[in-house]
Amino acid sequence: MSSLLAASSADVPFPILSALVVTPFLGALLMLVLPNGRPEYFKQVAFLVSGAVAGMTAWVMVEFDKHTADEFQFVDSAEWIAGLGISWTLGLDGISLWLVVLTAALFPLTILAIEAEHTPKAYYAWLLLLEAGVMGVFLALDLFAFFVFFEIVLVPMYFLIGQWGHGARAYAATKFFVYTMFGSAFMLVGILATAFLTAAETGNAVSFDLVYLAEEQALATTTARWIFLSFAVAFAVKVPLFPVHTWLPDAHTNAPTAGSVILAGVMLKLGTYGLLRFGIYLFPEASVYFAPALVALGTIGIIYGAIAATMQKDLKRLVAYSSVAHLGFIVIGTFALNTEGLSGGLLQMVNHGISTGALFLLVGWIYDRRHTRLIAELGGLQKPAPVFAAVFMVVMLSSVGLPGLNGFVGEFLALLGAFAAHRWWAIVAATGVVIAALYLLWAYQRVFHGPAEGDNAEMKDLTWSEGAIMVPFLAAIFVMGLYPAPVLERMEPAVDALIEHIEGNVEDFDEADADQGEDLDVDDLKDLGKKKDSKATDESALVEGGAG
Amino acid sequence: MIAQLDSTVARPEITWDGLLPILTLGVGALLLVLFRSLMKQLPKAAADQAVPVIGGVTVIAMWVVGGFAGTDVPLAGLRDGLGDPVFFLGLLIMVGLGGWFAQYLRLSVDAALTVMIGLTSLAATWGVWTDRYEIDGAFGLVGDQLGADGFSLVITGVIASAIVLVALLLDDYLEREGMAGADMYVLMLFSGAGGAVMASANDLIVLFLALETLSIAVYVMAAMHMRRSESQEAGLKYFVLGAFSSAFLLYGIALTYGAVGSTNLIVIADFLEQNRLVEDGLLMAGMAMLLVGLGFKVAAAPFHAWTPDVYQGAPTPVVAFMASAVKAAGFAALVRVFVTTFADHADDWQPAVYALAILTLVVGSFMAIVQRDAKRMLAYSSISHAGFILVGVQAASNEGVSSVLFYAVAYTFLVIGSFGVLSIVSGEGDRGTSLDHLDGLSTRRPALALALTVFLLAQAGVPLTSGFVAKFAVIGAAVEARSYWLAIAAMVTAVVSAFLYLRIILSMYLGQAEDDAPTIRVPRAAGLAIIVALVITVGFGLVPGELDDITRDAIPVLIAAG
Repeated sequence: MSSLLAASSADVPFPILSALVVTPFLGALLMLVLPNGRPEYFKQVAFLVSGAVAGMTAWVMVEFDKHTADEFQFVDSAEWIAGLGISWTLGLDGISLWLVVLTAALFPLTILAIEAEHTPKAYYAWLLLLEAGVMGVFLALDLFAFFVFFEIVLVPMYFLIGQWGHGARAYAATKFFVYTMFGSAFMLVGILATAFLTAAETGNAVSFDLVYLAEEQALATTTARWIFLSFAVAFAVKVPLFPVHTWLPDAHTNAPTAGSVILAGVMLKLGTYGLLRFGIYLFPEASVYFAPALVALGTIGIIYGAIAATMQKDLKRLVAYSSVAHLGFIVIGTFALNTEGLSGGLLQMVNHGISTGALFLLVGWIYDRRHTRLIAELGGLQKPAPVFAAVFMVVMLSSVGLPGLNGFVGEFLALLGAFAAHRWWAIVAATGVVIAALYLLWAYQRVFHGPAEGDNAEMKDLTWSEGAIMVPFLAAIFVMGLYPAPVLERMEPAVDALIEHIEGNVEDFDEADADQGEDLDVDDLKDLGKKKDSKATDESALVEGGAG
Repeated sequence: MIAQLDSTVARPEITWDGLLPILTLGVGALLLVLFRSLMKQLPKAAADQAVPVIGGVTVIAMWVVGGFAGTDVPLAGLRDGLGDPVFFLGLLIMVGLGGWFAQYLRLSVDAALTVMIGLTSLAATWGVWTDRYEIDGAFGLVGDQLGADGFSLVITGVIASAIVLVALLLDDYLEREGMAGADMYVLMLFSGAGGAVMASANDLIVLFLALETLSIAVYVMAAMHMRRSESQEAGLKYFVLGAFSSAFLLYGIALTYGAVGSTNLIVIADFLEQNRLVEDGLLMAGMAMLLVGLGFKVAAAPFHAWTPDVYQGAPTPVVAFMASAVKAAGFAALVRVFVTTFADHADDWQPAVYALAILTLVVGSFMAIVQRDAKRMLAYSSISHAGFILVGVQAASNEGVSSVLFYAVAYTFLVIGSFGVLSIVSGEGDRGTSLDHLDGLSTRRPALALALTVFLLAQAGVPLTSGFVAKFAVIGAAVEARSYWLAIAAMVTAVVSAFLYLRIILSMYLGQAEDDAPTIRVPRAAGLAIIVALVITVGFGLVPGELDDITRDAIPVLIAAG
């Protein structure tokens, strides 16, 4: 790998993106050679490594040029397998920027927040390897490299669930691995078909370069649709979309807390990001063609996830099902294929990472204290642990999509976009928002309200260190809820470029804009979050959006 | 035919330097027999002293033979090398290191000699590749009965590497099972020489002879464990079914001869290129028989039935050899006969191979799941790997051939590593091969567990391992040949297989070892073999470019009869 680094292009003085991938990878290797004698070192080293990645990401975020957010920046390219036209190409644009930032932030926090229950060496090594893989997925601009990273993340997560999980962990881990790998099996064939058929059509050498393949658009319509389907299967499993979502509740419930946080926080986004970057960008025509089906599946996921979540007895499983619902919003926003929907979906990816990641952390801490996650056995925790309850409340409300908190902006935009494009599905999906409020508030009520009996009365409140870990989450929840503009203005150029790409390649594509052709301005959005009207359900918000 | 008896026929040109890779194996085996029959029992002291000497000699032999191979003026190279003080000093240091290393590994004399022969053959292969093949291209050997092309050289290299690694595994195994002696090594070298000839064969008769040399030695190796009835059973079963398949092969050769009028591959290929047979029934039947015969050797379903029993019964290091070298040689023959020779009839045999591939993939992966014995599981998984390689053969293209080669190389090291770990874990008498014996391996021997995990994940085709790149190449070839459904079927069965590998991994990491589980001793030599396999597996996974280039340079060609 070092030779790859040495051969990096001269465009950037330092291959910062490669460093983002390679640093945690090397950290994982370093972990293997650390002596077993001082177990406390493992956590510290893991934190330092992921902290270094976070630091580098912060630098990237600052240096990121928002005026050219529609282009890939910091591009870093080297030959990998020359004979097959495979290269190690990494790049960052407005679409991937925030997911990379989310990843970089979530890992050190997770490492800090949770102790390994046993064998810390392997635990932190797997976590770092996972970080390398996830970073790679978000940065890869080569189909081969993307697939490598997309698959490699399975291994650490498999071991994290299998070795450090609870309950039916072996079952959950195997199910997770096999489901995801099944999806990728089709994608691998799709990737190869894309590369080889493009080479056959154009007469050029085989190349796996994403930008080249996307700009070339050499495939016949029907072929592209088939290949898009093969990609969509892989991403649908990963998202997960109904009906291939069944691995998710099992994996989440049995995973260790860190596993759940990472799984919900970043790994589910590999699917939605994949749909965006490798689905829509590579196959614009097929995306338009299949968009109604994906919106339908997303909507089913929203309603199904919400109803299933309502009926859960296990708090962690409830949050897991709520993820299915939230990811549905992301999908319908994305496949609205307009500026609002795409930005909303993208924003919601980040939001979901923040709020659900935090929720899983909090549930994990409840489990650490009470050794149960059954809602029926919990109750009245508000009295012994008021701060805990308050933090939980805020995070939960952000997940519900309360205006003023981050969840609202993304969900609103996604629904707005979907409403313009697929009105009836959007209306059905909007009821999911109501059900989300129902199951989360109801769960909150049962867990935190009422009289505290038995062990519940002894529940320890949030410690200072736990509080400190929550601060970044809460800060992000409020900042992105009240002032999302800095985030959105870096996303929008990339999203607009994507829509232009669709318009340029699909003949009778008519972007269904939320406000009839007039693009929603970023400046309008700055005010959106400031609405303090907590009673505004999304239907009424939709009407406002449509009228204004 | 009569002309051949004429005394005016020129003596065939042997091309000794190009023959060295094969010759080293065959002559090495003979010398080993000779050496052991002269000195049945080495005195302990002499044996102890011999090992480091052999280690040192290995380095010199590699240098000299590697230098001779492929060059017409080897003496100049030797003179220049020895004349250069820096080089000379380096050579001395290497000799010392070789001696020390052999000592450190605590090899027996027989194992050390086998490793020496294998490494020398590897060096010779390298020499022929760099000094002759890369410059002049393919050339004929022994009056063009054999051909040295990139393809045969890579397969020879694979076989030589397999011999070295398996010898390292065998060393301690034979000691443990009370079977110490040179016989196993000699048989393995003979078998390897047969395999190398098979990969280079330019004539169906030569191919058959080589196949028999390869097979008969392996039958005996499978049955070598005298005190294990399973081993005897495996040997007999392998022999009977192998003989059966040889009959098919021979019949196929006869029919092909009947249809075409020659057993020489280039004559067959030329004939088929220039003529369209009006009545091609004979040729079709011949091709079918050849496919059946070779299908047995590579364990393609439905000709796979011997594999699980033989793999389970045979001594574990022997299984490693069978799954790597023997299979690679079998596929070499399959590629040379079908893809290269019957290239103009690809439309006829491709559907058959398509069906074989799908059947092999499905049988291999699904049957593997229901097994309880790790060796049997890996036997079935080796069947499904054969299916993957057949997917590459089916493509009938250069892309396909190089993917087959890549797969063969990657799989050789994977499977030797996997069976190497099993051989260490299973303990005396190969008893502990059931899944329960792997329980809790991660706490008993974390390094072994990690190594086996990497090998299994690589077999499952997880990225950053050679196994993934191999699958990628094969599927790429299938997609390029527009065999989409075959590609998808292969990938889906790979997922099914992954389930199996995960089961083994789960029992290593989640299972609880019984308290009275025997301690596992990792012999140095076997440990080295596993480390080498591990490094190659991960190395080709991270930077596959080099191997990819080599396999692209190694498309088989037929040598025109001179």
